[in-house]
Amino acid sequence: MNYKDALWFQKEVFKAVHLGLEGPSLILCNHNPVITLGRTAKRENILFPELELEKKGIEVYETERGGGVTYHGPGQLIAYPIFNLARLKKDIHWFLRELEHIVIDLLATFGIQAKKNPDLTGVWLEKGKISSIGIAIKHWITFHGLSINLKKDDLDNFQLIRPCGMDIRMTSLESELNKEVDIEEVKKELIVKFKEIFNFTSVRYTDIRR
Amino acid sequence: MTNVVLPPLGENIEKATVSFWFFKAGDKVNEKDDLVEMTTDKATFNIPSPCTGILQEVLMTEGQVAHVGETLGIIEEEPK
Repeated sequence: MNYKDALWFQKEVFKAVHLGLEGPSLILCNHNPVITLGRTAKRENILFPELELEKKGIEVYETERGGGVTYHGPGQLIAYPIFNLARLKKDIHWFLRELEHIVIDLLATFGIQAKKNPDLTGVWLEKGKISSIGIAIKHWITFHGLSINLKKDDLDNFQLIRPCGMDIRMTSLESELNKEVDIEEVKKELIVKFKEIFNFTSVRYTDIRR
Repeated sequence: MTNVVLPPLGENIEKATVSFWFFKAGDKVNEKDDLVEMTTDKATFNIPSPCTGILQEVLMTEGQVAHVGETLGIIEEEPK
């Protein structure tokens, strides 16, 4: 799915949650290759001219999420939780840590031990970063969210940028398991983890497969 | 005069950075308009205008770090 279309959809869901028409909502999708700049991103951390990126079919977008530069591609699972923190806990850092917690628990179900880094938001393994997080909050309702690297093939494109303005290595679930990963299976587990961690009896989710 | 104050953002969050103002001093603002965006860690947080009026003064500008409870700007309320 195009980043732009996904963003539009997020905002539609956001409106519904804000008006109280919907409860906690989760959008699951993959993106066509795209580089996004969060609010603290510096252009110099995109290492290739935009024209060259365009030729490669990679779009560039500035977004309102927190964080620096990142890359998204079809080999990642993206989750956008649109939750009203006024009904959960009005605590931004708590929410970020819970998102990390979800990814760590998710990876554990695949036999992988991941951890948090107290100084760097995201989820980390020995070989590098596997999940990036960047959110935005308006009226205590969250949008944007997290990405998890699943497929090996996509990792090369991280060389086009300095993720979050740092020289960090990225890894993926496939690289760790050394076998192919079924995105649908990961999605199912991820929904379970969201429900568990946030204690939801139900979460409305939209699974976009295009 | 109504102060636009950095609200509590959670336990152990003492401060946040101004990313930008949606309005400039002298602009008319409506209650609940997006007024100023703050960043902390990997999150942006929007502060809505507490009332309708004129944004009189911006005290904390882009890139400045504000502490919870600190005044970011002042709005001259429109008489009702």
